[in-house]
Amino acid sequence: MHELSIVMSIIEIANGEATKANAVKIDEIELEMGLLSGIEMSAFDFAWQEAVKSTVLENAERIIIRPGGKAVCLECNNSFDLDSLYSPCPVCKSHFINIIQGKELRVKSVTVE
Amino acid sequence: MCATCGCSSDQHHEHDDHHHHHHDQKTVIDVERDILHQNNLLAERNRGYFDAKNILCLNLVSSPGSGKTSLLEKTLTDLKGELDFVVIEGDQQTTNDADRIHATGTKVTQINTGKGCHLDSHMIFHALQGLKPKENSVLFIENVGNLVCPAMFDLGEKERVVIMSVTEGDDKPLKYPDMFHTSTLCIINKTDLLPYVPFDINKAKENAKKVNHKLEIIEVSCTSGEGLSQWYDWLKSKVPVPEMVG
Repeated sequence: MHELSIVMSIIEIANGEATKANAVKIDEIELEMGLLSGIEMSAFDFAWQEAVKSTVLENAERIIIRPGGKAVCLECNNSFDLDSLYSPCPVCKSHFINIIQGKELRVKSVTVE
Repeated sequence: MCATCGCSSDQHHEHDDHHHHHHDQKTVIDVERDILHQNNLLAERNRGYFDAKNILCLNLVSSPGSGKTSLLEKTLTDLKGELDFVVIEGDQQTTNDADRIHATGTKVTQINTGKGCHLDSHMIFHALQGLKPKENSVLFIENVGNLVCPAMFDLGEKERVVIMSVTEGDDKPLKYPDMFHTSTLCIINKTDLLPYVPFDINKAKENAKKVNHKLEIIEVSCTSGEGLSQWYDWLKSKVPVPEMVG
């Protein structure tokens, strides 16, 4: 259940931004969470519902962007989409790959009034 | 608020690189910050402390019961006098593991995470303040037995060592890929039990390499002692040689 820690970190970042902008609440928060980032969305949603109560994010609209996995094969230089950390290169079947997208875990923006 | 590291939620950072867009009295603030930013910052701070004191820090991760504590007991006993060790034990409850380590004569501190499922860099930061590891020592952090959550949390370690045992499934690296992906060494423990279990060790190694082609693998048995010398050689090869000044 590391998702709770992730939500707590998001609240911390949101709090900091709200304080700087002299806002008491956040209307919208945009998150980027890659499909290979290791976040289980049902656990994340559950943690979110409980954790944001009485915080600046309590009524915030949540926009979640989920970039898919992309890798470059280190053997044949082919770029390909992957849905797990152990997907082989579809061309040469190698596991010598470099993952270039899908592990993002970022707060992109917040909207305040 | 923690007075030492300023880690609480009311912390105030100033960044000049933020862009503000105004739309009908609403302001969109570009944050572009890693969610684990705070953990990663403190992890880097821990790492700097280790570098300055020439300490080798290893983060041991595994599912419960794969033999992390037994491997430590064995290592601390066998290499006593050769290397200076300190240990941080992470468990939800009890000081049982710390007691076992203490019995080997090694300096140890226990972190109880309560309901927490992993250690984070902040906990390590505070544990270090009490532990005060000596220069040129080897610090083992035994993480909470959990193959999922600790994967995401950098503690400032030099190497992450994942331990699996032959009483588990040989598909473990595929089931819990994040942990194997972020580790540098995989120890396969309890190899003395191989004749009695359906564990296919070649398949396990193949699966681990599928997830992380850079992963080194060492097979050991803490009971028979088989393979331990290879692990000790690996460990000694990672100990930083103090640089001579002047």
